[in-house]
Amino acid sequence: MDDLLSEFLTETSESLSTLDVELVKLEQNPNDPDILSNIFRLVHTIKGTCGFLGLPRLEAVAHAGENVLGKIRDGELVVTPDAVTLVLESIDTIKYLLGELEQNEAEPDGNDAGLIGRLNHFADTGTIMGSDAAPAAEAPSDEPEMTPEEALQAAFDAAEVDPDVGAPAEPAPEPEPAPAAAAAPPAAAKSQEIAPAKKPAAEKAKPEAPRAEAKESSVAAQTIRVNVELLENLMTLVSELVLTRNQLLQMVRGKDDSEFTVPLQRLSHITTDLQEGVMKTRMQPIGNAWAKLPRIVRDLALEMNKKIDLQMIGADTELDRQVLELIKDPLTHMVRNSADHGLEDIPGRREANKPETGTVTLNAYHEGGHIIIEISDDGRGLNLDRIKAKAIANGLATEGDLEGMGDQQIQQFIFKAGFSTAEKVTSVSGRGVGMDVVRTNIEKIGGTVELKSVEGRGSTFIIKIPLTLAIVSALIVESGGERFAIPQISVLELVRASNNSEHSIERIHDTPVLRLRNRLLPLVTLKKILGLDTTEESDEGVDEEAFIVVAQVGTYSFGIIVDRVFDTEEIVVKPVAPILRDLSLFSGNTILGDGSVIMILDPNGIATRTGEITVGGSQGVEGKAKADASDGETTSMLVFRAGGSEVRAVPLALVARLEEIDVENIEHSNGRPLVQYRGKLMPLVFIDGSYQMKAEGRQPTLVFQDRERTMGLVVDEIVDIVDDVLNVELTADQDGLVGSAVIDGKATDLIDAGYYLELAFSDWFGTEDTGGEKKRVLLIDDSPFFRNLLTPMLSVAGFKITAVETAEQAMDLKNRGVLFDAIISDIEMPGMNGFEFAEALQNDELWGDIPIIALSSHTSEEDFERGRQVGFSDYVAKFDREALVSTLVQTLSNM
Amino acid sequence: MSDSNALVPSQEKGGVLDLGGDSKDFVTAYIGKQLFGIPVLTVQDVLGPQRITRIPLSPPEVAGSLNLRGRIVTAIDVRKRLGLRDKDDDDPGMSIVVDQGGELYSLMVDQVGEVLSVPKKAFEQNPATLDPRWREFSDGIFRLDKKLLVILDVTRLLDFTSSIKQAG
Repeated sequence: MDDLLSEFLTETSESLSTLDVELVKLEQNPNDPDILSNIFRLVHTIKGTCGFLGLPRLEAVAHAGENVLGKIRDGELVVTPDAVTLVLESIDTIKYLLGELEQNEAEPDGNDAGLIGRLNHFADTGTIMGSDAAPAAEAPSDEPEMTPEEALQAAFDAAEVDPDVGAPAEPAPEPEPAPAAAAAPPAAAKSQEIAPAKKPAAEKAKPEAPRAEAKESSVAAQTIRVNVELLENLMTLVSELVLTRNQLLQMVRGKDDSEFTVPLQRLSHITTDLQEGVMKTRMQPIGNAWAKLPRIVRDLALEMNKKIDLQMIGADTELDRQVLELIKDPLTHMVRNSADHGLEDIPGRREANKPETGTVTLNAYHEGGHIIIEISDDGRGLNLDRIKAKAIANGLATEGDLEGMGDQQIQQFIFKAGFSTAEKVTSVSGRGVGMDVVRTNIEKIGGTVELKSVEGRGSTFIIKIPLTLAIVSALIVESGGERFAIPQISVLELVRASNNSEHSIERIHDTPVLRLRNRLLPLVTLKKILGLDTTEESDEGVDEEAFIVVAQVGTYSFGIIVDRVFDTEEIVVKPVAPILRDLSLFSGNTILGDGSVIMILDPNGIATRTGEITVGGSQGVEGKAKADASDGETTSMLVFRAGGSEVRAVPLALVARLEEIDVENIEHSNGRPLVQYRGKLMPLVFIDGSYQMKAEGRQPTLVFQDRERTMGLVVDEIVDIVDDVLNVELTADQDGLVGSAVIDGKATDLIDAGYYLELAFSDWFGTEDTGGEKKRVLLIDDSPFFRNLLTPMLSVAGFKITAVETAEQAMDLKNRGVLFDAIISDIEMPGMNGFEFAEALQNDELWGDIPIIALSSHTSEEDFERGRQVGFSDYVAKFDREALVSTLVQTLSNM
Repeated sequence: MSDSNALVPSQEKGGVLDLGGDSKDFVTAYIGKQLFGIPVLTVQDVLGPQRITRIPLSPPEVAGSLNLRGRIVTAIDVRKRLGLRDKDDDDPGMSIVVDQGGELYSLMVDQVGEVLSVPKKAFEQNPATLDPRWREFSDGIFRLDKKLLVILDVTRLLDFTSSIKQAG
């Protein structure tokens, strides 16, 4: 059977059994909106999937059923036993159709006009049409008015015609209104269990059952099916083992000569292997969840008259089975949304000057214990005005509210329940179930979903989910004498605030806030919200020094003030006891390595508790950084002060370490300051000749390292690390400065690390010059900053550098007949870009053989491949100095 | 559980306590001077003093949680639950761990005594004049030689939802 179909059948029959239960519950509690929306979603999903699989008959029934449920959900109809019976009947019909589908891999002939008619009638009028009539009477059947006895007889008669199916027809003893003809599905409603058995007999009498069995056994031989529960249990046991191991390790730590050390080490290794092994049994490539997407997108493209190219990158990224199951539906939903709402149709795309074929890209990759899944399209993006109008129409916000919201906040509305911007309700989507379900499902597994959208250019959803649910990384903090765990996934950064540092806590009418990178971060005191603050001391004293955990929930960032921060630990999340379930501030509890029980805080709960609405609130720190990032490439810069109040910066990548040096330890040799550092002498340099060191205490120092040599640049204070777009305005007429740039809104001097290296070691640039001719290297980069950065650095490494600004200039050099041993080229450049440049050189007589190394901040597999194709011999990430030098050396030695 | 605990006369709860056989075994515990009994089959463990992690915002009767061989056990301060004052001395007390619907709870008492086998003919219903709070948690009384043994209804003792309703 078609994989897609069989999966659909399994899934749907699961949903159906849930539906049965839920519907009966609904009948008992007709006013429970949770049950109702659950039912609605289930039916909606069935309908949607049917549509894509090309099952019109099923879809029609589900659609009609959904209509009724939709009306009930909107309060237009009331739940009555009759209504439930009617919906149950449509469910039974769906079940019957599924049974047929399973056996014949096709929908049976006929239609369900009668049932659909009644459903629609009910949806329109709220009364049951001909509720007294027997359901069978309505069905368009070949023999509509058969008595049960007749029907049964017909079944047996049919069975006798074909002796092959005599056996399956036998278990049909109840005189139910048997579905004698395939076209009488509503009649099958009451005899659900026996219907499949009788079906073959009554119908064309094909011997289907034996064939199905044969198929199953051939699949079963290849692998062993293991109950998921067994694996779960195994996982729990292994988690316990890991914890016990950690406990033992902690006991032995610090005792060097313990006789347990060696066996414990072995135990530790085996435990780790075991943990990995068990994890692996649960790991599946994410491609499994994507398998049915191409077809869904294809069918959708046909139906909507669109051309859609579905790109899937990273399909072999593995993640926990449990997580995979949980994100499958949200993913399908989102891809469907992107293809349906996101992309324009062909005329629309032509109008927007875009290629006719729209692209939906799925990209999955690992990042620090998490899986990131990006779903992006190059469609029309979110229409802010429409979202606003809809939010007002649905009463989610007032015009005044919207006025004060940023674009990103407004976009967040699509995650609200009952919100759909699709103008029409299509069979695909647009009923306002969708993004809220997606978000709920993803958050349920501890993930986050982010949205970026530019109107007219497309939208990108970024889902971040933990690799596994069983073990999570958590930050351990202390507050009010108790320890708590905060899941690492929601922690953005840690800030230490004190009155005499850059970061201090300020107050607006007793509400603490923190200035962080030119934003105000709302703060909550953990002690207070947990009710641990028994001392009632004035807050002023507490804030002398505090640790702030900057947490993010959705797009809302806030700081949690804690007393102490310990390190991170891998924890196994366990649910709390039922009597504590209503404490929304905790998501669970766990046992730490030292054997103590600790509560796990739920940042979501804290955010809700502190009054933040679930629609992303103030655009947080992270949000700002992200927005910046989309404007251009960002560079991590270390911002510091030295000699004066102005701030200076140096690319973080150049700094090897940050140290604090005790002034007392500074020695002098030959009139120059030195410290002993890691068993060697490290020269210290100052920002300029007039710089005065502190008389005592500790002096922060930036350590630069190049192979064997280290140098310390003494500074007053390390201010921050900033990710920002770097626009250097060259004013380098002063020694030691590359120029100035606006970093994080402030004019900042960029120091020239090369100058200080030379200051520390006058022979720094000459070290490699040990004979032989220097290799000539051409450097093409449009950024003056990078040219200034790389030129001294590569000179240090012993190359003769010619730096030019554009590929066109490089071509000029070529035309003049200048020769080089290697070329380093940036990719993104105005005018001719790196790819075009390399392509142009590929068949050149003079420069065709010169190896070209690409320099870029984008080092995805795709870029790499493209680079290879156009003739780049290697690809190096910007700022990776060591890789650049070693690649150069390697490339040149290969010649 | 029925929602209207407070209204159900204690006699009707007799069914919870199985009085089959001639005698019944109870783990006994002291809180103050009063002797309590817990059906022996519901008891999982008896613990000495434990390191307990406080749970902020939890009901006052919840003392915290503790680690029992890799399982997290919720500790209940039975004194508070019964509306008694805190203990005067510094004696850390003991705990009886019971299993309730797959979850473990540790009932903190002053002292744990022996396991008693009491004849079922010594059983008495709760006196009608008993403090309503006690009547709710008591399954009945056994007349012993010199003392009275109050049988704790663990299910009710741990059902915090109904008592919240009562308070409201």
